[in-house]
Amino acid sequence: MKLSGHRKQSLWFAFILHRISGLVLALFLPLHFWVLSLALRDPAALDGFLSWTDFWYVKLAEYGLVFLLSVHFFGGLRLMALEWLPWSPAQKTYAASALAAGFALATSFFLSATIYG
Amino acid sequence: MISARLYILQRATALIMAPLVIGHIAVMIYAVQNGLSAAEILSRTQGSFFWAAFYGLFALAVAIHAAIGLRAILHEWAGLKGALLTAICWGIALGLGGLGLQAVYSVTG
Repeated sequence: MKLSGHRKQSLWFAFILHRISGLVLALFLPLHFWVLSLALRDPAALDGFLSWTDFWYVKLAEYGLVFLLSVHFFGGLRLMALEWLPWSPAQKTYAASALAAGFALATSFFLSATIYG
Repeated sequence: MISARLYILQRATALIMAPLVIGHIAVMIYAVQNGLSAAEILSRTQGSFFWAAFYGLFALAVAIHAAIGLRAILHEWAGLKGALLTAICWGIALGLGGLGLQAVYSVTG
C-alpha cells in the first residue's frame, strides 16, 4: 500500500492510533460488561470465563487491550493539550511519549499477570 | 449547534474518566497478581459504595464518550448522517450505559 503525503507524518499516526484504539475498546466493552454481569446471574459461568485468563494467549490479548486503553488515555491527554494549550513544537515528542507511556503501563500489567498470575 | 455540544460532552467525559482510567489500570495490575476468580472480584467489590460510585460514573461516562467517538467514525468512514446516525448513536449510548450499570450492580450490589 502506498501512503499519500500526510499519512506518512507521525501526528497522522497518532490520530489513527487514537481512533483505532477507541474503536477496538468500544467493541470490547459490551463483552466486558456482559461477562461481569454473570457475577449475579451465573457465578459458575463467570469463573469458567475467568479461568481462560490463565492461558498465555488470553494474557497476550489482555496485554493488547490494556495497551490500547493506556495509549488512548495518553493520546487523549495529548489531544486536549494540543487543543487547549498554546501550540508547542514538541507535539511529536508528546505523541511519542504517549506511545511509550502506553507501552510502559501495559507492560507493567503484563508482567504482573505473567509473573504472579 | 449539536456538534459543539457533542465536542464539549466528549471532552468533559474524557476529563471525568482520566483519573478513573488510571485507577482502573492500577486495580487491574493489582488484581491479576493472584489470578482472577469470581470470589476474588466480589470480595473486593460487593457491598462497596465507593466501587459502585467509581464504576457507576465510569460506565455512564464511557457510554457517552464511546457513542460520540463512534458517531465520528460512522460519519467519516461509513458516510452515515442525519436521523439514522443520531438514532444509532443513541442506541449505542443507551445500550452501553445499560449494560455497564448492570455489570456494576452485579459486582457491587
